[in-house]
Amino acid sequence: MELDQIRKIVELMQEHELSYFDMTTADGVHLRLKKGADLETLRNALSAAQFSPQAAAIPAAAAPVAPTAVASGSEITSPMVGTFYRKASPDAAEFVKVGDAVSVGQTLCIIEAMKVMNEIKAEKSGVIIAAVAQDGHPVQFGDVLFRIS
Amino acid sequence: MFERVLVANRGEIALRIIRACRELGVESIAVYSEADVDSMHVQLADQAVCIGRGPSKESYLKIDRIIAACEITGAQAIHPGYGFLSENARFAEICTSSGIKFIGPSAKVISMMGDKATARANATANGVPITPGSDIIIDADEALAKAREIGFPVMIKATAGGGGRGMRPCFRAEDFHALFVAASNEAMACFGNGECYLEKLVLNPHHIEFQIIADTHGNFLHLGERDCSMQRRNQKIIEECPSPLMTPALRKRMGEASVNLIQAIGYENAGTIEYLVDAAGENFYFMEMNTRIQVEHPVTEEVMGCELIKEQIRIAAGMPLSEHVLNAQPRGHSIECRINAEDPYNNFTPSPGKIDLWYAPGGKGVRVDTHVYSGYTVPPYYDSMIAKLIVTAATREIAIARMKRALSEFMIRGIKTTIPFQLEILNHPDFVSGDYDIGWVGRYLEEKEKA
Repeated sequence: MELDQIRKIVELMQEHELSYFDMTTADGVHLRLKKGADLETLRNALSAAQFSPQAAAIPAAAAPVAPTAVASGSEITSPMVGTFYRKASPDAAEFVKVGDAVSVGQTLCIIEAMKVMNEIKAEKSGVIIAAVAQDGHPVQFGDVLFRIS
Repeated sequence: MFERVLVANRGEIALRIIRACRELGVESIAVYSEADVDSMHVQLADQAVCIGRGPSKESYLKIDRIIAACEITGAQAIHPGYGFLSENARFAEICTSSGIKFIGPSAKVISMMGDKATARANATANGVPITPGSDIIIDADEALAKAREIGFPVMIKATAGGGGRGMRPCFRAEDFHALFVAASNEAMACFGNGECYLEKLVLNPHHIEFQIIADTHGNFLHLGERDCSMQRRNQKIIEECPSPLMTPALRKRMGEASVNLIQAIGYENAGTIEYLVDAAGENFYFMEMNTRIQVEHPVTEEVMGCELIKEQIRIAAGMPLSEHVLNAQPRGHSIECRINAEDPYNNFTPSPGKIDLWYAPGGKGVRVDTHVYSGYTVPPYYDSMIAKLIVTAATREIAIARMKRALSEFMIRGIKTTIPFQLEILNHPDFVSGDYDIGWVGRYLEEKEKA
């Protein structure tokens, strides 16, 4: 099951105003999409899906995993290319969690590039409603890191 | 051989490099701006990384993001293409210190030869004739005094310039100050360096350049010349190989001078030495060296039977030049037309927009290097070249007939292109006789204006 296919399903759900989608593919991939505030269940369902290694582009936006969030909140996107980290070091606490209120200038995450750990700071205050980019994964310019209300 | 190469460029050359990588069994990584998300080079690369917004200085010129893209994809080498960072010594330096192989000569050689003023000094030091000129002059008044010394007309040239940018011809002392400032500002905007020097303007010369290539196994050679005299405002629009002005004797002299120079400076990889040749084809003058692959490299590839991009990658990987390159013999004649998204009948105004029909010519001896396809939208941020049409034939006469045939088959609907103008040139008796110089297009357009 590729990200493009999941994206299409989400688009269809929105088009037809569906709120629940549950499917198991022939090769045992179970996908459950729920339109609502239940983001934890959503993320678990998607992590069970096998992403094909042939995906041509590092996903430009992981927005489809939270269909309600498309309608609310705004995106905090990556201003650079590098590796995304939620924490200052492996055993430190995450800079921010879902549900945290953040203020302008607060460090949200680190993007590492060229041996430099760049702290990415909030440009506006609000509440983190989703953590989209994956810890330890590469991000490109424009990739959604968080959603903020 | 590298496992993975990042292509730090866009458009047709990015696609060209990706194709060479694919044939070599090397994975290609494309980088792209948000404006290029639908570009063919992004689609055909093995992986693609978005590095910023449309404007070049927010994407293709962002050194840190390009290096970071290498880090996250595991690319071992970067091919910089032409333009952008391809002659940026600092970029080459950063690649090296980041453990990434820059596909081209060393940062030291790039500095030495990429800087137009110091390149002239190197040419002189190695017995290559140059046109009278000056070193970099910052002060406009001092530059004017030097211009009087050299004698008008002079060409004000930006040391970091290229592709016709940052150059202003000056025929009269009264116009000098304004032109000096204009050249400097343009260079600052395009290349980040506004320093200028002066050169005597040789009237009606031919622009003849030599393709050179060197590996790390002691092979230094030239692969013949290209005539690029058909220029509009110092930007090439038609190129051919071989030059109609060339004789075996002149080729031998210019070829030897070129090889001596690259050997003396310890050059590595592909490059081009540009010369001005007087109308009689007797004297040649070193103009500048481009320490990168050129736009018009295909005409050399067709005539000499080689693949320059692959050789570049091989050289960077430490391999020797291919046998067929070391033993290359010219065969036939090749002509290239740069197809630009411009309206040639409205002062060549850029014509960005959506191409709703694209049919490229084919048949024997026709090669089209392009990233464009039906439904593609030409973005407004970059240079206007959308395709290169290259024809090859047994003789120059047949090549001209073939180019006219191919140009007339080319269907591009939705934008204006330079095709009808290039057809006019191909049909002109001066082109057929080979009797054209770098001022030809300017004069031709002036005469048309008067008529």
